[in-house]
Amino acid sequence: MMAVTVHDLGYTYGARTALAGVTFAVPQGEIFGLLGPNGGGKTTLFKILSTLLAPASGTARVFEHTLPAEAAQVRRHLGVVFQRPSLDLKLTVHENLIHHGWLYGMHGAGLRDRCHDVLRRFRLADRAGDLVETLSGGLQRRTELAKALMPRPDILLLDEPSTGLDPGARRDFMHDLGHLRREEGTTVLLTTHILDEADRCDRLGVLDGGRLVALGTPSELKAKLGGDVVVIHSDTPDTLRSRIHEQFGHTATVVEGNLRLELPDGHEFVRAVVAAFGSAIETVSFGKPTLEDVFIHLTGHRLWAEEG
Amino acid sequence: MAAAESTLLPIASLVRREIIRFVRQRSRIVGAFVQPLLFWLFIGMGFRASFQPAGVAGVQYAEYAYPGIIAMVLLFTAIFSTISVVEDRRQGFLQGVLVAPVPRWAILFGQALGCTLLAVMQGMLFLCLGPLVGAGLSLESVLAAGVTMVLLALGLSSLGLIIAWRVDSTQAFHGLMNLFLLPMWLLSGAVFPVSGVPTVLAWLMRLNPMTYGLAAIRRAIYFATPEKAGAAPGFTFSLAVTLAFSFIAFAIALRTAKSRPV
Repeated sequence: MMAVTVHDLGYTYGARTALAGVTFAVPQGEIFGLLGPNGGGKTTLFKILSTLLAPASGTARVFEHTLPAEAAQVRRHLGVVFQRPSLDLKLTVHENLIHHGWLYGMHGAGLRDRCHDVLRRFRLADRAGDLVETLSGGLQRRTELAKALMPRPDILLLDEPSTGLDPGARRDFMHDLGHLRREEGTTVLLTTHILDEADRCDRLGVLDGGRLVALGTPSELKAKLGGDVVVIHSDTPDTLRSRIHEQFGHTATVVEGNLRLELPDGHEFVRAVVAAFGSAIETVSFGKPTLEDVFIHLTGHRLWAEEG
Repeated sequence: MAAAESTLLPIASLVRREIIRFVRQRSRIVGAFVQPLLFWLFIGMGFRASFQPAGVAGVQYAEYAYPGIIAMVLLFTAIFSTISVVEDRRQGFLQGVLVAPVPRWAILFGQALGCTLLAVMQGMLFLCLGPLVGAGLSLESVLAAGVTMVLLALGLSSLGLIIAWRVDSTQAFHGLMNLFLLPMWLLSGAVFPVSGVPTVLAWLMRLNPMTYGLAAIRRAIYFATPEKAGAAPGFTFSLAVTLAFSFIAFAIALRTAKSRPV
């Protein structure tokens, strides 16, 4: 059975379209990532799945329950980690976890054991009695995850989970998610704009401008590009572009003043292009496609383009 | 049992959290006790020479003001405790509560009950000071006043929640509350009785739900010596109005919370 099914989903804020015709399904036990720039529609989709927004059109289902009509049943399956912290800073780590357990109707020995278990698993046992406001950002994030997992959710939803974490803490965080899926069979659905994080998902949906522009495993997505990616930095990109087209027949795209080409035999081309137009070239880079390349290929702009 | 687990435990949890937070913030405790105490002292001593409250023979001003100070404690504590809802929204805590499998009424009731308990605990402490100004208390009085306090504080907390669920900043909350917090208290019979005031004011006092909560507390304190309560409305009637007030205020707060997106 599919844990999450989204069909032709749409949402608008006034005149602005946040989601348009998004369709995908996440089977149980998968780590599924929604990759896209800020404003791409990820957070809107996250809010719909976490029952905070009702879809404007199309359907969203969690197991056999349809949203928003069966939000109450859906909530029993979900653990939610928001982009903004949701911990009570004036309570201790332990108090936050117990509070969350009670909210989900847990009590007695079951609650105590689970609390003990998540504290140990997330290496928080020695900080259990500390007020959350005294913890570092990475520890707060771990507490956040521990809290969401208290009621043993079938599906864990995470909105930009590694915001504010350094790369080391981010790796630990993804590692914890992998463990969780193995040990408890939890389905994980996360949104991200961090490529390193996206690369660690089983499958990715790429969202841009409210549309799902690609769906597949990270390696499938990279394989679609085929071969190598060559990026040429030049002071006269447009001239160089037409000269490359004349001489080699390859059409380069210009992204932020750089020429980009996706080619089966990149290394051959690099040699040839430097020999032919060396004086017009400042730098050349060459490599296997990354998810960033996939994203540029699909959308014609970079993941962080809005900051440029 | 399933129903109890999805409502009683969450309500208990929200109440417990409200109390832990209150106890950990020392400044709130000090403010909650010292301010009404000073008010009482200043008003009691200041008005003593100049005013004899109308229609209440043989009662010193400080004694007249005493039930009013209890009402003030309830009013200020209950309403200002609901600020935590604004803070919870800003700090993100509320999002986690809203996606939990808890009906919205239970969330709201937990919030209101937490604020109510904080208010009533302090109200009870002030009630114990009664004998200082000559108001002897029987067990019957304490129980009746206690029940009234719970109902009144629940109504006032709900009133606070109506505002707290609508605004996005604590400044906006303070601004709005100041508009009717003091008028509500001044026109409840806390500072002067309804007898002998101009007609317009008398009507405002009759329309003020606080008036009945305070009247019920005043009547409860003076069960043994009803003449000391002056012309305040009767206990049963006042309690019924207070009950209706808290019910209506909670219903409006619930509607507000249900219509508010996150």
